[in-house]
Amino acid sequence: MQSLGVEVLFKGKNFARLMGGMWTALKISLVSIAISMVLGLLLGMLVSRKNRVLRGVMRCYLEFIHIMPQMVLLFLVFFGTSKAFGWNLSGELSSVIVFSLWGTAEMSDLVRGAVTSVPKIQYESAMALGMTPAQVNRYVILPQAVRRLIPQSINLITRMIKTTSLVLMVGVVEILKVAQQIIEANRKASPNAAFGVYLTVFLLYFLLCWPVSLLAKHLEKRWG
Amino acid sequence: MAEPVLTIEHLTKEYDGQTVLKDVSLQVHEGEVIVIVGPSGSGKSTLLRCINALEDIQGGEIRLRGQKITAGAKNLPQIRQKIGMVFQSYELFPHLTVMNNILLAPMKAQKRAKEEVQAEAMALLTRVGLADKADSLPRQLSGGQKQRVAIVRALCMHPEILLFDEVTAALDPEMVREVLEVILQLAENKRTMLIVTHEMPFARAVADRIILLDDGRIQDDTDPEEFFESPKTELAKRFLQSFEYTRTRKSDD
Ligand SMILES: Nc1ncnc2c1ncn2[C@@H]1O[C@H](COP(=O)(O)OP(=O)(O)OP(=O)(O)O)[C@@H](O)[C@H]1O
Ligand SMILES: [Mg+2]
Repeated sequence: MQSLGVEVLFKGKNFARLMGGMWTALKISLVSIAISMVLGLLLGMLVSRKNRVLRGVMRCYLEFIHIMPQMVLLFLVFFGTSKAFGWNLSGELSSVIVFSLWGTAEMSDLVRGAVTSVPKIQYESAMALGMTPAQVNRYVILPQAVRRLIPQSINLITRMIKTTSLVLMVGVVEILKVAQQIIEANRKASPNAAFGVYLTVFLLYFLLCWPVSLLAKHLEKRWG
Repeated sequence: MAEPVLTIEHLTKEYDGQTVLKDVSLQVHEGEVIVIVGPSGSGKSTLLRCINALEDIQGGEIRLRGQKITAGAKNLPQIRQKIGMVFQSYELFPHLTVMNNILLAPMKAQKRAKEEVQAEAMALLTRVGLADKADSLPRQLSGGQKQRVAIVRALCMHPEILLFDEVTAALDPEMVREVLEVILQLAENKRTMLIVTHEMPFARAVADRIILLDDGRIQDDTDPEEFFESPKTELAKRFLQSFEYTRTRKSDD
Protein backbone atom coordinates (compact mmCIF):
# COMPACT_ATOMS: atom_id res chain seq x y z
CA MET A 1 0.00 0.00 0.00
CA GLN A 2 1.34 3.39 -0.88
CA SER A 3 2.02 5.71 1.97
CA LEU A 4 -0.35 8.64 2.43
CA GLY A 5 2.55 10.71 3.66
CA VAL A 6 0.97 11.24 7.05
CA GLU A 7 4.00 9.75 8.74
CA VAL A 8 6.05 12.93 8.28
CA LEU A 9 3.83 14.51 10.91
CA PHE A 10 5.20 12.21 13.52
CA LYS A 11 8.80 12.97 12.73
CA GLY A 12 10.54 15.21 15.22
CA LYS A 13 8.50 18.23 16.30
CA ASN A 14 6.41 18.41 13.14
CA PHE A 15 3.06 17.75 14.78
CA ALA A 16 3.73 20.23 17.56
CA ARG A 17 4.70 22.81 14.92
CA LEU A 18 1.49 22.20 13.05
CA MET A 19 -0.53 22.62 16.22
CA GLY A 20 1.41 25.79 16.99
CA GLY A 21 0.49 27.18 13.60
CA MET A 22 -3.08 26.24 14.18
CA TRP A 23 -3.05 28.10 17.48
CA THR A 24 -1.69 31.27 15.85
CA ALA A 25 -4.41 31.10 13.22
CA LEU A 26 -7.07 30.50 15.83
CA LYS A 27 -5.79 33.37 17.95
CA ILE A 28 -5.99 35.75 15.00
CA SER A 29 -9.51 34.53 14.21
CA LEU A 30 -10.72 34.79 17.78
CA VAL A 31 -9.41 38.29 18.35
CA SER A 32 -10.78 39.50 15.00
CA ILE A 33 -14.12 37.80 15.63
CA ALA A 34 -14.48 39.41 19.05
CA ILE A 35 -13.69 42.86 17.64
CA SER A 36 -15.99 42.34 14.63
CA MET A 37 -18.95 41.19 16.72
CA VAL A 38 -18.81 44.18 19.06
CA LEU A 39 -18.08 46.86 16.45
CA GLY A 40 -20.49 45.28 13.94
CA LEU A 41 -23.30 45.31 16.46
CA LEU A 42 -22.76 48.97 17.32
CA LEU A 43 -22.32 50.08 13.71
CA GLY A 44 -25.27 47.98 12.53
CA MET A 45 -27.55 49.55 15.14
CA LEU A 46 -26.37 53.02 14.14
CA VAL A 47 -26.97 52.37 10.45
CA SER A 48 -30.47 51.04 11.13
CA ARG A 49 -31.37 54.59 12.13
CA LYS A 50 -32.38 57.01 9.48
CA ASN A 51 -29.25 59.18 9.39
CA ARG A 52 -28.42 59.66 5.71
CA VAL A 53 -24.78 60.70 6.04
CA LEU A 54 -23.99 57.76 8.26
CA ARG A 55 -25.71 55.38 5.88
CA GLY A 56 -23.76 56.79 2.93
CA VAL A 57 -20.42 56.42 4.70
CA MET A 58 -21.28 52.88 5.75
CA ARG A 59 -22.31 51.92 2.26
CA CYS A 60 -18.93 53.06 0.88
CA TYR A 61 -17.13 51.10 3.58
CA LEU A 62 -19.17 47.98 2.86
CA GLU A 63 -18.69 48.23 -0.90
CA PHE A 64 -14.95 48.73 -0.48
CA ILE A 65 -14.60 45.69 1.76
CA HIS A 66 -16.79 43.57 -0.51
CA ILE A 67 -14.92 44.45 -3.67
CA MET A 68 -11.37 44.12 -2.32
CA PRO A 69 -10.11 40.54 -2.03
CA GLN A 70 -8.93 39.96 1.52
CA MET A 71 -5.48 39.18 0.26
CA VAL A 72 -5.15 42.56 -1.35
CA LEU A 73 -6.31 44.17 1.88
CA LEU A 74 -3.72 42.21 3.79
CA PHE A 75 -0.91 43.35 1.52
CA LEU A 76 -2.23 46.88 1.65
CA VAL A 77 -2.17 46.97 5.45
CA PHE A 78 1.01 44.98 5.93
CA PHE A 79 3.24 46.37 3.21
CA GLY A 80 1.40 49.47 2.06
CA THR A 81 0.91 51.22 5.35
CA SER A 82 4.35 50.41 6.73
CA LYS A 83 5.82 52.13 3.67
CA ALA A 84 3.41 55.02 3.79
CA PHE A 85 3.47 55.75 7.51
CA GLY A 86 6.79 54.26 8.41
CA TRP A 87 5.45 52.05 11.18
CA ASN A 88 6.19 48.41 11.49
CA LEU A 89 3.11 46.30 11.84
CA SER A 90 3.62 42.69 12.72
CA GLY A 91 2.01 40.10 10.49
CA GLU A 92 -0.33 39.10 13.27
CA LEU A 93 -1.47 42.63 13.96
CA SER A 94 -2.02 43.38 10.25
CA SER A 95 -4.06 40.21 10.00
CA VAL A 96 -6.17 41.18 12.97
CA ILE A 97 -6.75 44.64 11.48
CA VAL A 98 -7.78 43.29 8.08
CA PHE A 99 -10.01 40.54 9.44
CA SER A 100 -11.63 42.97 11.86
CA LEU A 101 -12.30 45.46 9.08
CA TRP A 102 -13.86 42.70 7.03
CA GLY A 103 -15.76 41.06 9.90
CA THR A 104 -17.09 44.39 11.16
CA ALA A 105 -18.40 45.26 7.69
CA GLU A 106 -20.14 41.91 7.28
CA MET A 107 -21.46 41.89 10.82
CA SER A 108 -22.87 45.41 10.66
CA ASP A 109 -24.66 44.46 7.46
CA LEU A 110 -26.14 41.38 9.13
CA VAL A 111 -27.26 43.49 12.10
CA ARG A 112 -28.83 46.09 9.84
CA GLY A 113 -30.65 43.34 7.95
CA ALA A 114 -31.88 41.71 11.14
CA VAL A 115 -33.04 44.96 12.73
CA THR A 116 -34.84 46.21 9.62
CA SER A 117 -36.47 42.80 9.14
CA VAL A 118 -38.53 43.41 12.28
CA PRO A 119 -41.75 44.93 10.91
CA LYS A 120 -42.24 48.67 11.46
CA ILE A 121 -45.59 48.06 13.10
CA GLN A 122 -43.83 46.16 15.90
CA TYR A 123 -42.02 49.41 16.75
CA GLU A 124 -45.31 51.25 16.52
CA SER A 125 -47.24 48.93 18.80
CA ALA A 126 -44.41 49.09 21.35
CA MET A 127 -44.29 52.90 21.10
CA ALA A 128 -48.07 53.02 21.45
CA LEU A 129 -47.69 51.30 24.81
CA GLY A 130 -45.71 54.31 25.99
CA MET A 131 -42.22 52.84 26.04
CA THR A 132 -39.28 55.08 25.17
CA PRO A 133 -37.36 54.38 21.95
CA ALA A 134 -34.50 52.91 24.01
CA GLN A 135 -36.87 50.56 25.83
CA VAL A 136 -38.50 49.54 22.55
CA ASN A 137 -35.10 48.69 21.07
CA ARG A 138 -33.91 46.83 24.10
CA TYR A 139 -37.00 44.75 24.93
CA VAL A 140 -38.84 44.39 21.64
CA ILE A 141 -36.63 44.91 18.60
CA LEU A 142 -33.20 43.59 19.63
CA PRO A 143 -34.42 40.26 21.04
CA GLN A 144 -36.23 39.60 17.77
CA ALA A 145 -33.26 40.75 15.68
CA VAL A 146 -30.80 38.63 17.69
CA ARG A 147 -32.80 35.49 17.01
CA ARG A 148 -32.46 36.13 13.30
CA LEU A 149 -28.88 37.19 13.70
CA ILE A 150 -27.38 34.27 15.59
CA PRO A 151 -27.29 31.62 12.84
CA GLN A 152 -25.97 34.17 10.35
CA SER A 153 -23.26 35.48 12.61
CA ILE A 154 -22.13 31.94 13.40
CA ASN A 155 -21.88 31.35 9.69
CA LEU A 156 -19.73 34.49 9.49
CA ILE A 157 -17.56 33.19 12.33
CA THR A 158 -16.87 29.90 10.53
CA ARG A 159 -15.99 31.81 7.37
CA MET A 160 -13.62 34.00 9.36
CA ILE A 161 -11.91 30.98 10.87
CA LYS A 162 -11.47 29.48 7.41
CA THR A 163 -10.17 32.60 5.79
CA THR A 164 -7.44 32.96 8.38
CA SER A 165 -5.37 30.63 6.23
CA LEU A 166 -4.83 33.70 4.09
CA VAL A 167 -2.48 35.24 6.64
CA LEU A 168 0.15 32.89 5.33
CA MET A 169 0.63 35.47 2.64
CA VAL A 170 2.10 38.00 5.03
CA GLY A 171 4.39 35.60 6.74
CA VAL A 172 2.65 34.73 9.94
CA VAL A 173 3.66 31.28 10.93
CA GLU A 174 0.31 29.83 10.44
CA ILE A 175 -1.10 26.45 9.82
CA LEU A 176 -0.71 26.31 6.06
CA LYS A 177 2.72 27.77 6.22
CA VAL A 178 3.83 25.23 8.76
CA ALA A 179 2.35 22.58 6.52
CA GLN A 180 4.34 23.90 3.59
CA GLN A 181 7.54 23.96 5.61
CA ILE A 182 7.02 20.40 6.68
CA ILE A 183 6.36 19.39 3.10
CA GLU A 184 9.50 21.14 1.87
CA ALA A 185 11.70 19.63 4.55
CA ASN A 186 10.51 16.13 3.80
CA ARG A 187 10.38 16.29 0.03
CA LYS A 188 13.04 13.57 -0.35
CA ALA A 189 12.08 11.24 2.46
CA SER A 190 8.31 11.31 1.95
CA PRO A 191 7.29 12.35 -1.56
CA ASN A 192 3.64 12.03 -0.57
CA ALA A 193 4.01 14.45 2.32
CA ALA A 194 2.03 17.13 0.48
CA PHE A 195 -1.08 15.00 0.41
CA GLY A 196 -0.74 13.77 3.97
CA VAL A 197 -0.04 17.13 5.47
CA TYR A 198 -2.76 18.93 3.58
CA LEU A 199 -5.19 16.19 4.52
CA THR A 200 -4.32 16.76 8.14
CA VAL A 201 -4.72 20.51 7.76
CA PHE A 202 -8.09 19.95 6.17
CA LEU A 203 -9.16 17.68 9.01
CA LEU A 204 -7.99 20.18 11.62
CA TYR A 205 -9.98 22.98 9.99
CA PHE A 206 -12.95 20.69 9.74
CA LEU A 207 -12.73 19.85 13.43
CA LEU A 208 -12.59 23.55 14.19
CA CYS A 209 -15.52 24.61 12.05
CA TRP A 210 -17.80 21.63 12.38
CA PRO A 211 -18.88 22.14 16.01
CA VAL A 212 -19.48 25.80 15.25
CA SER A 213 -21.75 25.00 12.33
CA LEU A 214 -23.57 22.32 14.37
CA LEU A 215 -24.23 24.94 17.02
CA ALA A 216 -25.51 27.28 14.32
CA LYS A 217 -27.97 24.67 13.08
CA HIS A 218 -29.15 23.93 16.58
CA LEU A 219 -29.77 27.60 17.39
CA GLU A 220 -31.47 28.10 14.06
CA LYS A 221 -33.93 25.34 14.90
CA ARG A 222 -34.59 26.61 18.38
CA TRP A 223 -35.06 30.27 17.51
CA GLY A 224 -35.82 30.13 13.80
CA MET B 1 -70.10 69.69 30.66
CA ALA B 2 -66.85 68.26 32.01
CA GLU B 3 -63.58 68.69 30.17
CA PRO B 4 -63.35 66.23 27.29
CA VAL B 5 -60.82 63.39 27.47
CA LEU B 6 -59.67 64.01 23.92
CA THR B 7 -59.92 67.15 21.84
CA ILE B 8 -59.06 67.34 18.17
CA GLU B 9 -59.15 70.79 16.57
CA HIS B 10 -58.83 71.54 12.84
CA LEU B 11 -56.56 68.55 12.26
CA THR B 12 -54.89 68.43 8.86
CA LYS B 13 -52.74 65.52 7.72
CA GLU B 14 -50.85 65.25 4.46
CA TYR B 15 -48.87 62.45 2.87
CA ASP B 16 -46.42 63.93 0.38
CA GLY B 17 -48.70 66.71 -0.78
CA GLN B 18 -51.90 64.67 -0.68
CA THR B 19 -54.27 65.82 2.05
CA VAL B 20 -55.70 62.81 3.83
CA LEU B 21 -57.41 64.50 6.79
CA LYS B 22 -59.06 67.88 6.25
CA ASP B 23 -59.96 70.16 9.13
CA VAL B 24 -61.11 67.35 11.41
CA SER B 25 -62.49 68.49 14.78
CA LEU B 26 -63.77 66.12 17.40
CA GLN B 27 -64.31 65.90 21.14
CA VAL B 28 -64.47 62.65 23.06
CA HIS B 29 -65.94 62.79 26.56
CA GLU B 30 -65.39 60.49 29.48
CA GLY B 31 -67.18 57.18 29.05
CA GLU B 32 -68.16 57.91 25.48
CA VAL B 33 -67.93 55.28 22.74
CA ILE B 34 -67.46 56.73 19.29
CA VAL B 35 -67.49 54.52 16.22
CA ILE B 36 -65.81 55.83 13.10
CA VAL B 37 -67.06 54.41 9.82
CA GLY B 38 -66.30 55.29 6.25
CA PRO B 39 -65.19 53.87 2.94
CA SER B 40 -61.74 52.43 2.43
CA GLY B 41 -59.09 55.13 2.18
CA SER B 42 -61.21 57.77 3.87
CA GLY B 43 -58.58 58.33 6.57
CA LYS B 44 -59.90 56.34 9.54
CA SER B 45 -56.62 54.59 10.38
CA THR B 46 -54.69 57.79 9.78
CA LEU B 47 -56.90 59.62 12.28
CA LEU B 48 -56.24 57.02 14.99
CA ARG B 49 -52.52 57.03 14.22
CA CYS B 50 -52.38 60.82 14.51
CA ILE B 51 -54.00 60.64 17.94
CA ASN B 52 -51.04 58.83 19.45
CA ALA B 53 -48.54 60.60 17.24
CA LEU B 54 -47.52 57.63 15.13
CA GLU B 55 -47.94 60.20 12.35
CA ASP B 56 -46.89 63.83 12.44
CA ILE B 57 -49.58 66.33 11.57
CA GLN B 58 -49.49 69.37 9.30
CA GLY B 59 -52.11 71.49 10.99
CA GLY B 60 -54.41 71.72 13.99
CA GLU B 61 -54.04 70.38 17.47
CA ILE B 62 -54.70 67.19 19.42
CA ARG B 63 -54.94 67.29 23.21
CA LEU B 64 -55.43 64.58 25.79
CA ARG B 65 -56.87 66.07 28.99
CA GLY B 66 -55.43 69.39 27.97
CA GLN B 67 -51.95 68.03 27.20
CA LYS B 68 -50.88 68.69 23.65
CA ILE B 69 -49.78 65.64 21.68
CA THR B 70 -46.81 66.37 19.44
CA ALA B 71 -44.81 63.86 17.43
CA GLY B 72 -41.22 63.77 18.67
CA ALA B 73 -41.98 65.58 21.94
CA LYS B 74 -40.20 64.55 25.14
CA ASN B 75 -43.39 63.76 27.04
CA LEU B 76 -44.80 61.60 24.24
CA PRO B 77 -44.13 58.22 25.95
CA GLN B 78 -45.99 59.45 29.07
CA ILE B 79 -48.96 60.60 27.03
CA ARG B 80 -49.02 57.41 25.00
CA GLN B 81 -49.27 55.40 28.21
CA LYS B 82 -52.71 56.95 28.61
CA ILE B 83 -53.79 56.01 25.10
CA GLY B 84 -54.38 52.32 24.48
CA MET B 85 -54.21 51.22 20.87
CA VAL B 86 -55.17 47.88 19.39
CA PHE B 87 -54.12 47.08 15.84
CA GLN B 88 -55.78 44.98 13.18
CA SER B 89 -52.79 42.62 13.10
CA TYR B 90 -52.59 42.22 16.94
CA GLU B 91 -48.84 43.00 17.06
CA LEU B 92 -48.08 40.90 20.09
CA PHE B 93 -44.34 40.57 20.64
CA PRO B 94 -43.56 37.12 19.21
CA HIS B 95 -40.60 36.38 21.49
CA LEU B 96 -42.54 36.93 24.73
CA THR B 97 -45.18 34.80 26.40
CA VAL B 98 -48.71 36.14 26.74
CA MET B 99 -48.01 37.17 30.34
CA ASN B 100 -44.73 38.90 29.47
CA ASN B 101 -46.38 40.69 26.57
CA ILE B 102 -48.79 42.17 29.09
CA LEU B 103 -46.20 42.85 31.80
CA LEU B 104 -43.58 44.55 29.64
CA ALA B 105 -44.91 48.10 29.34
CA PRO B 106 -46.42 48.40 32.86
CA MET B 107 -43.13 47.25 34.37
CA LYS B 108 -40.67 49.07 32.11
CA ALA B 109 -42.57 52.21 31.14
CA GLN B 110 -44.66 52.69 34.28
CA LYS B 111 -42.16 51.07 36.68
CA ARG B 112 -44.90 49.18 38.47
CA ALA B 113 -44.22 46.16 40.68
CA LYS B 114 -44.33 42.80 38.97
CA GLU B 115 -46.62 41.11 41.50
CA GLU B 116 -49.19 43.85 41.27
CA VAL B 117 -49.29 43.90 37.45
CA GLN B 118 -49.24 40.13 37.28
CA ALA B 119 -52.29 39.88 39.51
CA GLU B 120 -54.13 42.43 37.43
CA ALA B 121 -53.09 40.75 34.18
CA MET B 122 -54.31 37.40 35.43
CA ALA B 123 -57.66 38.89 36.43
CA LEU B 124 -58.06 40.49 33.01
CA LEU B 125 -57.01 37.31 31.19
CA THR B 126 -59.58 35.41 33.19
CA ARG B 127 -62.22 37.92 32.23
CA VAL B 128 -61.53 37.36 28.51
CA GLY B 129 -61.33 33.58 29.00
CA LEU B 130 -57.60 33.16 28.48
CA ALA B 131 -56.29 32.45 31.98
CA ASP B 132 -54.84 29.13 30.80
CA LYS B 133 -52.85 30.81 28.02
CA ALA B 134 -50.70 33.03 30.24
CA ASP B 135 -47.57 31.02 29.51
CA SER B 136 -48.24 30.39 25.82
CA LEU B 137 -46.35 32.10 23.05
CA PRO B 138 -48.36 34.24 20.61
CA ARG B 139 -47.81 31.82 17.76
CA GLN B 140 -49.64 29.12 19.74
CA LEU B 141 -52.83 31.20 19.83
CA SER B 142 -55.65 31.69 17.34
CA GLY B 143 -56.24 35.12 15.85
CA GLY B 144 -59.17 35.79 18.14
CA GLN B 145 -57.15 34.79 21.18
CA LYS B 146 -54.24 36.99 20.12
CA GLN B 147 -56.54 39.95 19.71
CA ARG B 148 -58.03 39.45 23.16
CA VAL B 149 -54.51 39.36 24.60
CA ALA B 150 -53.72 42.59 22.73
CA ILE B 151 -56.76 44.20 24.33
CA VAL B 152 -55.72 43.02 27.79
CA ARG B 153 -52.21 44.33 27.14
CA ALA B 154 -53.64 47.76 26.37
CA LEU B 155 -56.01 47.69 29.36
CA CYS B 156 -53.24 46.83 31.81
CA MET B 157 -51.73 50.28 31.21
CA HIS B 158 -54.90 51.89 32.64
CA PRO B 159 -55.40 54.09 29.58
CA GLU B 160 -57.80 57.02 29.59
CA ILE B 161 -58.93 56.21 26.08
CA LEU B 162 -58.80 53.13 23.87
CA LEU B 163 -58.33 53.20 20.11
CA PHE B 164 -59.41 50.18 18.05
CA ASP B 165 -58.49 50.02 14.38
CA GLU B 166 -60.53 47.33 12.62
CA VAL B 167 -59.51 44.82 15.24
CA THR B 168 -61.61 42.05 13.73
CA ALA B 169 -60.79 42.64 10.06
CA ALA B 170 -58.05 40.00 9.98
CA LEU B 171 -60.07 37.38 11.85
CA ASP B 172 -61.94 34.35 10.61
CA PRO B 173 -65.68 35.06 10.90
CA GLU B 174 -66.21 32.63 13.77
CA MET B 175 -63.69 34.52 15.90
CA VAL B 176 -65.10 37.98 15.34
CA ARG B 177 -67.76 37.65 18.00
CA GLU B 178 -65.43 36.64 20.84
CA VAL B 179 -63.43 39.82 20.30
CA LEU B 180 -66.37 42.14 19.80
CA GLU B 181 -68.01 40.84 22.97
CA VAL B 182 -64.95 41.88 24.95
CA ILE B 183 -65.28 45.38 23.51
CA LEU B 184 -69.00 45.47 24.25
CA GLN B 185 -68.20 44.60 27.85
CA LEU B 186 -65.73 47.49 27.98
CA ALA B 187 -68.45 49.82 26.71
CA GLU B 188 -70.76 48.64 29.47
CA ASN B 189 -68.03 49.48 31.97
CA LYS B 190 -68.03 53.04 30.63
CA ARG B 191 -64.65 52.92 28.95
CA THR B 192 -63.84 55.84 26.68
CA MET B 193 -63.26 54.42 23.22
CA LEU B 194 -62.72 55.35 19.59
CA ILE B 195 -63.52 52.39 17.37
CA VAL B 196 -62.97 51.98 13.65
CA THR B 197 -64.96 49.05 12.30
CA HIS B 198 -66.71 47.65 9.26
CA GLU B 199 -69.02 45.50 11.43
CA MET B 200 -72.20 47.54 11.18
CA PRO B 201 -74.41 45.58 13.61
CA PHE B 202 -71.62 45.85 16.17
CA ALA B 203 -71.19 49.56 15.49
CA ARG B 204 -74.86 50.09 16.12
CA ALA B 205 -74.79 48.10 19.35
CA VAL B 206 -71.67 49.62 20.86
CA ALA B 207 -71.72 53.25 19.76
CA ASP B 208 -72.93 56.32 21.58
CA ARG B 209 -72.02 58.34 18.52
CA ILE B 210 -71.29 57.42 14.92
CA ILE B 211 -68.90 59.46 12.85
CA LEU B 212 -68.84 59.09 9.10
CA LEU B 213 -65.50 59.92 7.55
CA ASP B 214 -65.29 60.40 3.82
CA ASP B 215 -62.39 61.76 1.82
CA GLY B 216 -60.67 62.94 5.00
CA ARG B 217 -63.64 64.96 6.30
CA ILE B 218 -66.20 64.29 9.00
CA GLN B 219 -69.40 64.10 6.97
CA ASP B 220 -71.78 62.99 9.68
CA ASP B 221 -71.71 62.92 13.47
CA THR B 222 -74.84 61.52 15.01
CA ASP B 223 -76.33 58.88 17.30
CA PRO B 224 -76.54 55.31 15.97
CA GLU B 225 -80.35 55.17 15.89
CA GLU B 226 -80.53 58.09 13.51
CA PHE B 227 -77.49 57.04 11.48
CA PHE B 228 -78.84 53.58 10.74
CA GLU B 229 -82.61 54.25 10.70
CA SER B 230 -82.91 57.62 9.05
CA PRO B 231 -79.56 58.77 7.70
CA LYS B 232 -79.66 62.51 7.01
CA THR B 233 -76.85 62.98 4.56
CA GLU B 234 -76.63 61.65 1.05
CA LEU B 235 -73.18 60.21 1.79
CA ALA B 236 -74.43 58.28 4.82
CA LYS B 237 -77.26 56.81 2.76
CA ARG B 238 -74.89 55.75 0.05
CA PHE B 239 -72.40 54.35 2.55
CA LEU B 240 -75.07 52.24 4.22
CA GLN B 241 -76.37 51.06 0.87
CA SER B 242 -72.92 49.77 0.02
CA PHE B 243 -73.34 47.31 2.89
CA GLU B 244 -76.83 46.30 1.77
CA TYR B 245 -75.38 45.52 -1.62
CA THR B 246 -72.56 43.33 -0.35
CA ARG B 247 -74.97 41.52 1.92
CA THR B 248 -77.55 40.72 -0.75
CA ARG B 249 -74.82 39.56 -3.08
CA LYS B 250 -73.39 37.33 -0.40
CA SER B 251 -76.73 35.69 0.38
CA ASP B 252 -77.35 35.13 -3.32
CA ASP B 253 -74.36 32.93 -3.97
N1 LIG C 1 -47.85 55.89 4.81
C1 LIG C 1 -48.60 56.45 3.86
N2 LIG C 1 -48.04 57.13 2.84
C2 LIG C 1 -48.77 57.72 1.88
N3 LIG C 1 -50.13 57.68 1.85
C3 LIG C 1 -50.76 57.01 2.81
C4 LIG C 1 -50.05 56.35 3.88
N4 LIG C 1 -50.94 55.77 4.70
C5 LIG C 1 -52.15 56.05 4.20
N5 LIG C 1 -52.07 56.79 3.07
C6 LIG C 1 -53.21 57.30 2.27
O1 LIG C 1 -54.04 58.01 3.14
C7 LIG C 1 -55.39 57.76 2.82
C8 LIG C 1 -56.14 57.30 4.05
O2 LIG C 1 -55.64 56.05 4.45
P1 LIG C 1 -56.18 55.28 5.72
O3 LIG C 1 -55.34 54.06 5.87
O4 LIG C 1 -56.26 56.20 6.86
O5 LIG C 1 -57.64 54.87 5.26
P2 LIG C 1 -58.72 53.99 6.03
O6 LIG C 1 -59.94 54.81 6.14
O7 LIG C 1 -58.14 53.45 7.26
O8 LIG C 1 -58.96 52.82 4.99
P3 LIG C 1 -59.29 51.28 5.24
O9 LIG C 1 -60.74 51.18 5.53
O10 LIG C 1 -58.98 50.64 3.93
O11 LIG C 1 -58.41 50.81 6.34
C9 LIG C 1 -55.40 56.78 1.68
O12 LIG C 1 -55.59 57.50 0.50
C10 LIG C 1 -54.04 56.18 1.71
O13 LIG C 1 -53.63 55.85 0.40
MG1 LIG D 1 -57.57 51.49 7.91
